[in-house]
Amino acid sequence: MVQIRRLQEEGVDIIAIIGEIDASSSIELDLTIAKSVGEGFHRILVDCTALEYISSAGLGVFMSYIEEFKDKKIHMVLFGLKDKVANTFSILGLAELLHICPTKQEAKQLLNELSV
Amino acid sequence: MSYQFSIGCSLGNLKGIREFVRTSLRAHRVPEVEMSAVVLALDEMCSNLMIHAHHCNPNHQLGLRIEVPTEGTLIFEIIDEGNQFDINAFATPELGNLIHEKRKGGLGIRLVKAIMDNVEYLQRDGKNVCRLTKTIHAS
Repeated sequence: MVQIRRLQEEGVDIIAIIGEIDASSSIELDLTIAKSVGEGFHRILVDCTALEYISSAGLGVFMSYIEEFKDKKIHMVLFGLKDKVANTFSILGLAELLHICPTKQEAKQLLNELSV
Repeated sequence: MSYQFSIGCSLGNLKGIREFVRTSLRAHRVPEVEMSAVVLALDEMCSNLMIHAHHCNPNHQLGLRIEVPTEGTLIFEIIDEGNQFDINAFATPELGNLIHEKRKGGLGIRLVKAIMDNVEYLQRDGKNVCRLTKTIHAS
């Protein structure tokens, strides 16, 4: 139902979500982010270009890291959200709480600015 | 027009619920963003029921019924037996509190209340019926 892939570019951990995240699959997203943090990454990009659907279970995973990231000075930027997915974030007002960019290039740039 | 579906209380079945909603509404020209929103609201309601009222017991059944009495009016019913899980009994949690408490739940209720025009509960034939109503404005 969901595939999550990780790859590293210039010290940035890129997490790509492919498919749908709901209450049955959100644990995989949670474990992947926890692994990235556990491995000591301070810059994380989340590639949402192939994310077809996300429910509150998945949104809750992103939200649950907000404070921890602030404490540990970890920065995370999401990019490539389809309109239908972006709409879910904006209904909840999460678009203001998380860093979201249209493209990977812009997301990388924002990540660099945040990390200074 | 009305559409019916019945499924066991396993979170792995949420995908089937989303497909049922999309397939049923396909003929009713629901715009993409609204379609995604109502699919999401049904997923949230059913996952809440499966987890909190049925403890993900796959032998417990949820019934779904979609009625489109007139174009633009969508009525969704979720029918189950057992303890009623009434989202109106829960205060909509503040986002700030959810972040502070690192809670992964509570967002679904906010979503359902934001997406649907009305959420009501009734009893029919000894079963719980949760009825969600949504009016789609012509695009």
